[in-house]
Order: sequence, then C-alpha cells, then structure tokens
Amino acid sequence: MSRPVFSELMAQIRAGKFVFTGELEPEKTIDLTETLEAARRLKGYVTACNVTDNPQAFAYISSLAASYIVQKETGVETIYQITCRDRNRIAITSDLLGAGALGIKNVLALTGDHTTLGDMPQAKPVFDLDSVQLIHMARMMVDEGVDVSGNEIKDPPKFHVGGGANPNADPLEPELIKFGKKVSAGAEFFQTQVVFDIETVKRFFDEIKGYNVPVLIGIFPLRSYGVAKYFDETVPGVKVPEELMKALAEAKRIPDKKRRRQRYNEINLEYFTNLLKEIKKTTPAAGCHLMSVGYEEIIPSLVEAVK
Amino acid sequence: MIITEQKPLEEILEMLKPFKRIFIIGCGTCATTCQTGGEEQVKEMAEKLKREGKVITGTVVVESPCDARLLRRDTRKVKVEIRDAEAILCMACGAGVQTVVEHLEKITVPCLDTKFIGETERIGRFYERCRACGECILFETGGICPVTRCPKGMMNGPCGGMYNGKCEVGGYTRDCVWVLIYKRMKELGMLDIYKSLKPPRDYTKLGIQPREVVWV
Repeated sequence: MSRPVFSELMAQIRAGKFVFTGELEPEKTIDLTETLEAARRLKGYVTACNVTDNPQAFAYISSLAASYIVQKETGVETIYQITCRDRNRIAITSDLLGAGALGIKNVLALTGDHTTLGDMPQAKPVFDLDSVQLIHMARMMVDEGVDVSGNEIKDPPKFHVGGGANPNADPLEPELIKFGKKVSAGAEFFQTQVVFDIETVKRFFDEIKGYNVPVLIGIFPLRSYGVAKYFDETVPGVKVPEELMKALAEAKRIPDKKRRRQRYNEINLEYFTNLLKEIKKTTPAAGCHLMSVGYEEIIPSLVEAVK
Repeated sequence: MIITEQKPLEEILEMLKPFKRIFIIGCGTCATTCQTGGEEQVKEMAEKLKREGKVITGTVVVESPCDARLLRRDTRKVKVEIRDAEAILCMACGAGVQTVVEHLEKITVPCLDTKFIGETERIGRFYERCRACGECILFETGGICPVTRCPKGMMNGPCGGMYNGKCEVGGYTRDCVWVLIYKRMKELGMLDIYKSLKPPRDYTKLGIQPREVVWV
C-alpha cells in the first residue's frame, strides 16, 4: 500500500535516503530573526526542520506561525510540532486545518510536557487527547477527510503525521506497546528522544523490527561542557557518556576562547560522526534528527562527514 | 470517601468576622473518618471560637450532612440553637455545606477544603482515586484509574515524561500510573486489552454541569 507523498521529507525517506532533520526552537518573541538564521544555516544539510511547540511547557510563539514563516522566508521544509497540552480537540482540528492551508507538509504529534514544568505552572493543563489519539485524529483528517467526530472536512489537509518514541524508556515494554499503538493509529515516521550510544539504538530497533515504519534517531550535539552538564542533570533517563563528558570537561579548561571552541567542535565531530556512521551502517534507521538548537555550526561538517 | 482538610483558623475567623453567634455542624461520615469534622473536631473548634470571643449557640454532628433527609432529622432537635445563631460553621465537604445552605437557610461558612474522592490508608495518608468522570474504564486499565492518577490523563500508555517508572510531574518521586497499569495487566494476563487503542474520551458522558442523577 503506497500512500501519497506530500513532503520532501517523505519523498527522501521513501527513496531510501538516510535523511537528516534539524530542530528550531523559536522563543518568547515575535522576532524570528534568530530562528530564520538558524534555519538558513541548516538549509541544504537537513531535509526538514522541526519547529517546537512550547517545549518544556514554556509559552513561546506559536509553532504553527513559526513553521509557516520559516518555510516562507527560508524555503526550509518544516515539521510542525503540535502537542495535546494546550488545546482541546476543537482547537487542534482548527490548527491542523490552518497548517494544511499554510502549506505545512509534516506534523509531529506529541503529548507535550506537563504544564507544571513550564514558565506558567498555574495554567490549566488540557490533554483532551493523548499523542496516540492525536496521531489517529490527524490521519483521519488527511486520509478520510473527516474530523475526530466524523464530520466531513470540505477540503482536507495534506501532510504526513509523525510521532515521538523513546529508546531510553525504562521500563521499555510499555513504550514499545505505545509505539505499536502509534503505528496502528497511523504514524508515518518517528523521531526519537536523544540517544548517545549505539547499543540503545540497536536494542530499540531489535524490539520494533516487526514494524515497517521509518525511525529517525535523536542526536544532541553538546555545544559546551555547560550544556552537557545541564543536559545530564535535567533530562532524566539520558546520560551523557562518561568519556564524552570527560573530554568536554578538559576542553572547558582551555583558556583561549577560539581554541576552546575549536576543541569542542572537534570532540563533537569525532563522537557524533562515529555514532551517526554506526547508526547508518548497522541499524535500519531512516535517518537522524539533529537537535542542535544554538549549535547549528556543527551540522554542516557533521552531515558532510557522514555522507 | 470524600477527603477534606480543615482550613487555617485565620481564614475561618476572617469569614466569621461579622458574626458573633455561631452554630457548628459536623459530619458523621467522611469528615469523621478524615478527622476534620467529627465529634472531637467540632468540640475543639467550638473551644477555639469561644477563645476568639464567639458565642457557640450549639453543635451537632449530622450522620451525613450531604443527605437532606439525615440533615433534617439530625437538626430537628437543635432548631432553636440554629435559629439563635447568626451563622453556621459547617465542618463537612462542599456537598455537605451546600445541602446545609439549601435546607437550613442560614448563612453558612465552610470550615473545610474538599480535596478529592480517595482512599484512606490511615489518618493522614489519603490518596486520590476517582475523578467522578461519569464513565468508569477501570476494567480496561487493570483497576487503576489513569483519568485520576495520570496528570495528563493519558489513555494509551505512559508519555515521554516517564523515567525509571516515575512521573515527570512532581520531580520523578511518584509512580507513573501507566507503568503500574502495565505491570498489573501483565500479571492478570490482560495485555491484549492494554494494547487496544483507546479512543478519545467522550466528554458528553460527563453530563451537563452541574450533573444530576434523576431516576424517572
């Protein structure tokens, strides 16, 4: 069964290319200059860019507005992230129709971090749907031209619907079952939580080998020791490998700023080129999702090295 | 059971400020178990208010103040004391307070905060267990309610905020309820039900607010 291809991302995945996606995180502003600059730096190296939807429940500019502006201004295809935290099914339907009208070709449907983690912890958490239901609803809109209640959509949107997955989940079994549910619900691609070691990636693919669905592995280059330490301490379940942490700590001690930066880049390039090559060579991954917010400069050399 | 907590005394006194003569109604059911509005707490509250210069015209612990019939029955013998008071201090849950308001037609001050429908492990250990969502799905979830116990009300398994079996809400100190559900259903040999896709919840089942159950 071959579904129509709406986006460049899906076209390249279908063509069997090892694809890269990037990540943009517009913040609490109406000025998207920085986001657009980041998108331009990634252009040509990634096939599409995710635009985050109020990550960690921080109230930022609408991911739909930002996705549209990025596509229009830079020509970089976007993966519009939408979560269940802030909107009920009425608002989500409406935003998805809006996304269709604005030419969004990929949607990543997520549950969303809880409101209490964000910068407006007093807010009412919505969670009318969960990610599985959201994926299903979005696919019904595209495929069957109906909304979640079965009402007809005059002119349905055309985009691909993806989901998230976490190879680090512990226990892993409930995550795997949920992965299966997302596939049944109609997820056409997956982008995973950050992974640092090839073993975790291999184990994950082993567990999901029954599913024929493209999975992009999440990669997080570490701009500095500070970022690595922050990541290690605040993202539960994902540990920055010791040897990488040690190398970054050593680089941090280099007094000359330029040389320090250079060393940081070398460490990242070495570590992640190896990891990406391993993923490409030894696993069925469809590609990698490079989460390099604020560290776009590493992407071109990283992608070139893996080519 | 309806779990309640007593409001701070200052807050109670602030509400009672305009009134000197007070009648206290306690609850013989949930608030007695919670030790927030039983015989003893009513007595203690009367003493506290007296020390603050209030006159207590009388007290009664109604078997269940949320039951209009029991409320009428148990307040019949203290009619005069109630009439004599300027206000009632009600040591029951929100349902109790409103039943009192409706049937005794007196200014009524709530003494308790109503927390949730829950399980009492022992006094001081109460856990929320039911949201009164109007459509019980406990059979599908191994008898553990995700509507109540998952902060996101997930219906199809744990979210990405689960780490080491714990929940991102509250700083990974509390169990992820979907991991509990998974383990339980695995034990029960009910994983086929666990694996089935749960559609979005139907909020019409919640009923029109305020909800009513009226037999016809």
